[in-house]
Amino acid sequence: MVEWFVGVQVVIAVLAGTAAIVVGLAGVKPNDYTLGATLLVEALLVVQLVMAIIAPAFGNVATGSGLEFWIYLVSAILIPPAAVMWGLIERNRWSSVVLGVACLSIAVMVYRMSQIWFVQLA
Amino acid sequence: MTSKDSSTATGFGRVLIAVYAVMALGATARSLFQIATKFDDAPVAYLLSALAGIVYIVATVALVRSGAVWFRIAAVAIIFELVGVLTIGTLSLVDAVLFPADTVWSSFGAGYLFVPLVLPVLGLIWLYRVRNPQENR
Repeated sequence: MVEWFVGVQVVIAVLAGTAAIVVGLAGVKPNDYTLGATLLVEALLVVQLVMAIIAPAFGNVATGSGLEFWIYLVSAILIPPAAVMWGLIERNRWSSVVLGVACLSIAVMVYRMSQIWFVQLA
Repeated sequence: MTSKDSSTATGFGRVLIAVYAVMALGATARSLFQIATKFDDAPVAYLLSALAGIVYIVATVALVRSGAVWFRIAAVAIIFELVGVLTIGTLSLVDAVLFPADTVWSSFGAGYLFVPLVLPVLGLIWLYRVRNPQENR
């Protein structure tokens, strides 16, 4: 993992998530902006996936459990597409909130992944 | 459940289901990893984590389905989560060896941003409102 990219990823996921929840609660249905932001979060996860595959070849290896890292990464990649499909099928304000919940979950999971990669307390 | 269209899967219930689904995925996957790699460290805690994950799955499914039986299953699953997080949360503060910091319910779910503590409360409020539709928006 690359630290600055993790930062970018978490900030974008938090912004996308917060915005989707706010507009969702305000009554806005999923639109190009909230769906697009969620897809952006997904795209960054795919970039992270590629980086995680090639990083060890450059000596950048996880300090914690690689298996745990990959469980998080694979789980995370599944979440935004599920939320987007939900948003396309069910057109109401709550689907916007669901998009936001998905993005915030990704922020937390990416943060946890960075802890596994960089920080080992034990 | 007198009214036919009273359902746990509409409106805010949708959001609840989404959060339950994420927790089901997270808690189950993580506890399976822990059981596979470091089960001997804290067998009781990790088994309870797996159980919590399974109950999250049950709650997710039960909230999606309609009908009196599923409503009751959802209520039981959510109450189970609430009792679990309160009991294990307290025990984890008393006995850190038996319940290390990295399980779903430890320290009242602090490792999961207290979602395990907040979620059952919201879930029960939601079930109550679904059952008493005059309070709905």
